[in-house]
Amino acid sequence: MSQIALKAGFDDSVHDSQRVFRALLDAMSRPGRIVTPSPPPELPAALHPATAAVCLALLDFETPLWLAGPDIAETRAWLAFHAGCPFVATPEQAAFALVTDVAALPALGDFALGSDEMPERSTTLLLQVGRLVAGQGQRLSGPGIDGTAWLDVDGVTASFWTERAAACALFPRGLDVIFTAGPALAALPRTTQVED
Amino acid sequence: MYVAVKGGEQAIDASLEQLARERRGDASVPELSVAQIKQQMRLAVDRVMCEGSLYDPDLAALAIKQARGDLFEAVFLLRAYRTTLPRFGVTLPLDTAAMTTRRRISATYKDIPGGQILGPSFDYSHRLLDFALMDEGAPGLAPERADETRGESAPLPRVTDILGQEGLIEGDGDLDGQAPGDLTREPLRFPASRDLRLQNLARGDEGFLLAMAYSTQRGYGRNHPFAGEIRMGDIAIVIEPEELGFAVEIGDVTVTECQMITQFKGSADKPPQFTRGYGLTFGYCERKAMAMALCDRALRAKELGEDITAPAQDEEFVLAHSDSVEASGFVQHLKLPHYIDFQSELLSVRDMRAKAMARANAKEAADDAA
Amino acid sequence: MQSATVPTDSPETAARQRWMAVLARAETAELEAAWAGLADKPAYRLLRKPEVGLVMARGRVGGAGGAFNLGEIAVTRCAAQLADGRTGFGYVGGRDVRKCELAALFDGLLQDGARQSALLASVIAPLVAAQEARKAETQNDAARTKVNFFALERGEDAK
Repeated sequence: MSQIALKAGFDDSVHDSQRVFRALLDAMSRPGRIVTPSPPPELPAALHPATAAVCLALLDFETPLWLAGPDIAETRAWLAFHAGCPFVATPEQAAFALVTDVAALPALGDFALGSDEMPERSTTLLLQVGRLVAGQGQRLSGPGIDGTAWLDVDGVTASFWTERAAACALFPRGLDVIFTAGPALAALPRTTQVED
Repeated sequence: MYVAVKGGEQAIDASLEQLARERRGDASVPELSVAQIKQQMRLAVDRVMCEGSLYDPDLAALAIKQARGDLFEAVFLLRAYRTTLPRFGVTLPLDTAAMTTRRRISATYKDIPGGQILGPSFDYSHRLLDFALMDEGAPGLAPERADETRGESAPLPRVTDILGQEGLIEGDGDLDGQAPGDLTREPLRFPASRDLRLQNLARGDEGFLLAMAYSTQRGYGRNHPFAGEIRMGDIAIVIEPEELGFAVEIGDVTVTECQMITQFKGSADKPPQFTRGYGLTFGYCERKAMAMALCDRALRAKELGEDITAPAQDEEFVLAHSDSVEASGFVQHLKLPHYIDFQSELLSVRDMRAKAMARANAKEAADDAA
Repeated sequence: MQSATVPTDSPETAARQRWMAVLARAETAELEAAWAGLADKPAYRLLRKPEVGLVMARGRVGGAGGAFNLGEIAVTRCAAQLADGRTGFGYVGGRDVRKCELAALFDGLLQDGARQSALLASVIAPLVAAQEARKAETQNDAARTKVNFFALERGEDAK
């Protein structure tokens, strides 16, 4: 084993994962709400605590992952060890995509958007951003939101929002996005309408 | 349509209590241990592992104990449990030629190289009830091993390889690297490829497969099979974890394999030769492996250009009805409250009946008037 | 004990594959006794606590053709990092978490060149002997049920 894999995972993988999943469920069902899942005790340098937590909770042998970002060798080894997920070469093959830096994000249309028959076969995008602030920024509406909510995602470009809107216009096809920043995460399921 | 019905909570609690009491039975009789089931009801354990599609003798024995010996229920329990576990990976394909063989027979060659090894089998018993077994603890029930012979372990070539040397039998097919389909992850669609058919049959209910196999012998899709070889034994499980970068054996499992051989007249693109049906099961499930091999062969009718005339050749008929959990689930769901459904049928029957009566009365009145 | 079907690349890997296979087939009590008998037990931490899961077992169509999914097998895995930094892995069939942890610890210890030959002799060799004895018994049982056909000469064919 190389040195880079020698970081421990969750102390109690079943229950720690379940707690993260619960936090994620809150975030997904209340788009724009910021939650802070408990991270594992040690994590790769390239991952934010919330990203590491989500990865350990969601990824396993049966979730092909597309990984992009600078200096991801350590992350890759850590995920291979703790999550055991297979890595795929193109975004469209991925059940999950982990992009540790917005600069490495491809066009959203490159990801799997599912089919009308099986919309769940879309890629879930896990995107690390600089900062998440609720109550300002983009205006959100749709299922799970009482009226409107606001979420400021620091670092994503205007074209991200255009491409997301285009992908989600194909409903039931579309793209679900989880943003992580430091210990925090927020989610935008495909059903959420986003305006400036 | 089902209706949520409340109010049965106390009755349900009492029912479960009663179930637990009946499971235990007469308290003056010693409780059955899971270890006893695993050791002494091994063929039930094997069947539950095979149809439960989970190799774990301890859990299968526990399921049998919990289900009071109802093997369908035990299979259901095991299937439910396996959904709670993560999948770490896949094994390298089992190498059945390398098994530590405990039984190996061929009905096609008397002098098969390596010999006929009978192993532990009911086949050579008289099927007479053995009342000695009622006398528990009596000596002689498990005969001591005689130590006169030491086993020489000759290699056991596969019967199909012997026929293969003459080119008289079809090959094993392509060894393409494509990952096989998995019907525990993707719903079964028709037509199904042979890998998916075999996975379905391997999990299938033994009784159903046995009846299907029997139907082919009785003329419903006849293909005149021979049991080329049946072998049972222990086989190494090898996995190749990504993080190790090399393959490692994690233990052994018992499997039963059956190669059925069937004459084939040939088709436009295939010469006359023997074709094959294949059966493979977890545990010592010989009858199941044989039935599986016959069903596998019958389901190849289309591929081999044979007329599809019988249920056993109809893949949707066989594959959609082979699973005992699905079948018993759908049959037993009829116990769920259908009160509203039935109310609507009741109204409809009353209405039809009233109309029929009215018509009869009107006709009678008209006849009387005439 | 290891069957011939396990692919390998280097002698070091082959040696490790052999002891991991032996550890996986050992009884828990055997490993527990070997651990108890160890003079200097290493300090360690678990990078991955023993966890129970499944592997999908595959067969081959016709015995040697394309792969198909036969059914799942319960398996436990574990990774232990010893004080010297070496990581031992346990991969064992079944759901015995203690056995898996011990297998990982011995795998870690056996990677230490300074202790390897002593441990191979004191721990692995006895396990191999026990496993080979069990296998020999199985093979002997099977061999005793082998049919010895003998043909009876028919009178009219006799010379």
